[in-house]
Amino acid sequence: MHHRYDVLVVGAGGAGLMAALYAAKGNVSVACISKLYPTRSHTGAAQGGVGAALGNVAEDHWEWHMYDTIKGGDYLTDQDAAEIFAKDVIEAVYELEHMGLPFSRTEEGKIAQRKFGGHTREFGKAAVERSCYAKDRTGHMILQTLYQQNVKEGTTFFNEFHVLDLIIENGRCSGVVAYELSTGEIHTFHAKAVILAAGGYGRIFKITSNALTLTGDLMSIYYRKGLPLEDMEFYQFHPTGLTKLGILVTEGIRGEGGILRNKDGERFMERYAPTLKDLAPRDIVSRSIYTEIREGRGVGPDKDAVNIDLTHLPRDVIENKLSEITDLSRTYLGLDPVKDLVPIQPTAHYAMGGIPTTIDGECIADDNGTLIEGLYAAGEQACVSLHGANRLGTNSLGDLIVFGRRSGINAAKYARGTELAEMPENPEVESRALIENLKNADGSENAARIRKELQETMMNNVGIFRNGPDMEKQVEILRELRARYQHVNVQDPSQRFNSELVEALELGFMLDCAEAMTHSALNRTESRGAHDREDFHTRDDVNWLKHTMAYKDFSQPGNVRIGYKPVVFKDAADGEYESLTTYTPAEAAGFKFPPKPRTF
Amino acid sequence: MNINVKILRFDPEKDRKQHWETYQVEASPGDRVLDVINHVKWYIDPSLTFRRSCAHGICGSDAMLINGRNRLACKTLLQDVVKDGGTITAEPIRGLKVEKDLLVDMEPFFDAYRSIMPYFINDNPAPAAERLQSPEDAERMDHGSNCILCACCTTSCPIFWVNGSYIGPAAIVQAHRFIFDTRDAATQQRLNVMNQNTGVWRCRTAYNCTEACPRDIPITQLIEEVKRAVMYQQA
Repeated sequence: MHHRYDVLVVGAGGAGLMAALYAAKGNVSVACISKLYPTRSHTGAAQGGVGAALGNVAEDHWEWHMYDTIKGGDYLTDQDAAEIFAKDVIEAVYELEHMGLPFSRTEEGKIAQRKFGGHTREFGKAAVERSCYAKDRTGHMILQTLYQQNVKEGTTFFNEFHVLDLIIENGRCSGVVAYELSTGEIHTFHAKAVILAAGGYGRIFKITSNALTLTGDLMSIYYRKGLPLEDMEFYQFHPTGLTKLGILVTEGIRGEGGILRNKDGERFMERYAPTLKDLAPRDIVSRSIYTEIREGRGVGPDKDAVNIDLTHLPRDVIENKLSEITDLSRTYLGLDPVKDLVPIQPTAHYAMGGIPTTIDGECIADDNGTLIEGLYAAGEQACVSLHGANRLGTNSLGDLIVFGRRSGINAAKYARGTELAEMPENPEVESRALIENLKNADGSENAARIRKELQETMMNNVGIFRNGPDMEKQVEILRELRARYQHVNVQDPSQRFNSELVEALELGFMLDCAEAMTHSALNRTESRGAHDREDFHTRDDVNWLKHTMAYKDFSQPGNVRIGYKPVVFKDAADGEYESLTTYTPAEAAGFKFPPKPRTF
Repeated sequence: MNINVKILRFDPEKDRKQHWETYQVEASPGDRVLDVINHVKWYIDPSLTFRRSCAHGICGSDAMLINGRNRLACKTLLQDVVKDGGTITAEPIRGLKVEKDLLVDMEPFFDAYRSIMPYFINDNPAPAAERLQSPEDAERMDHGSNCILCACCTTSCPIFWVNGSYIGPAAIVQAHRFIFDTRDAATQQRLNVMNQNTGVWRCRTAYNCTEACPRDIPITQLIEEVKRAVMYQQA
């Protein structure tokens, strides 16, 4: 079947729904494709809040938020993106409130705010209440509210459609090819502009907070076209996942006063981050937890966890402000945070990297910044780069609404000024081949086994602590898994709801994401933010203050070519933004927020 | 532990009616029912079809009838429903057309949702900052806004089974969230929708919905609050 829209959004989480809403306000026809029902999207799993300098509880300024975002990102953050973000997110949060989002409230009736990791007043002096929250289900409320607004606007949804290909010719995107789960039919969507907002790929790791459906589909499809993925080595492990399960335990529990303790009951974060302690940025807390575990101070049967302690907090804070996480630990661990310590361990959580975009959401095709006309990306899928080498807690929800909105507005503007580009004659040929290959392979391999091996080896070899030999080993493992993937065969012959086919397709996407990540991480011989090399233990600004661009190298399966993109800094004298091509201390001294050693 | 997983299967391209299949699975008491169903799909019969996403009770995809009760497969631990050597049963939720195995047609459910104007309405110009609302007033939306649209409640309702035109408990919970939002300006319209013959008066307070809700929303109580609001024409 063939469809035509002015703007087509892929993904119906926070970024996709915001983009669809704003594209629709731009007087163009809009449709949104999701591989799920929109309200199933993983934005709904976000708990703690959205950071914005409203100053409802304590004095706050957008510059402080901008600075925290840059420092949290270990200076790899593009500072123009951080400035736009810190300013716009204030208005965007008010806008969500105007859409009816049921925020928690202060006594004066304003949006309630609480502390969160890495968010400070006066450029790092002390933690500040910046996270605007709706209990500990802020993401759920954002997802519901944005879906509700799209129902109100009459957005057209194609639910349970899996995108298999992007149609890009001569530097212009003209649509997508998608597989309809309920019928097995291939659809072509012809559009003037396409916005990619289909989320991350945490499922390449064994322990993850991510949904089973987060398999990096669109990142992989982009990468398969020879287009770059930016900063894939920067992957965030959230410090607190429920032990063994990886289910997210919000940072809000530390914002409300929860304390991490090792087996001796020691508040060990005091040793690693004397000022912010338990509220240091996530990369630092996750590494600290792992260091405690490695040095034998872990808890649990395998001594591979530490405890989060809420027992000193009043019962009503735990049951009311942290009801979601109280329910989760009661359900899955049989533990009651009111009186029990809850064992947690870091869990693969968020991709800082992804499809490179400009601050207007336009997708970037190469190291020189060439744009693909009519193609946009936003949310976790995209790398603006707002989060640099490590994202601050709450900035993912802020990213969704700020850059989802920007890409929606810009895509609509572009669509209004252009005609539909011509589509190639048989745009769905490659997608059909993808499916046929999976149906006709010899079947000597099982997709689930390959996936399990991928998840275990990525966790062991490209996890929180990394080193050259382990990652070189992983490069070979990935080549082998890729070769074995060619033998995976879909046994279910049915046309309707063939979820076996979908899972096999998703495994192919995951292998690409893992490949781009592993090569990017092996290539970066320094430690920065979430990327920690045991063999290159320090940050190296002279050689590595630049973004990685990973391209599929088609000369041999499993090969990757690495390029680079400069980091954007703000000049202290004139406030202008400049791209840093070579780092010198003299030049850095002229920046408003120059790279500095990171202490908390 | 070793358990039997008995699943009500249906392949629309092969089967004329549903039939049971039983699979033996080795599992741990702390495993989720979703884990064993995934195990069956991944290692025993890949054609087994069901919906799932987040796997921890927030996305609402995997509502199914487990041991005769509506639950989320990802929020039900084996230790709570089966002993070593025992059997768990999994069936599709009731009252919606079965498409394949445990997967049902959700469109009628979302049609009911869309029919209650599930969006905030207030056309007065918004202030530059937030609209103010007291913590007490915000708390009135607590239960209603907690809903994840999993359909456990609606598909456990005997009235809905008999008459699919009843909008069902989930849609009323959503309506409650807006009716009791002090910032919303469309209370009257909302009460009119609830007062229609597909609306709130169909409820016979069977309490099945309340028992089925995986988020512990006191659904029957919310429905009663909506009934009272319709009676007295105010929230």
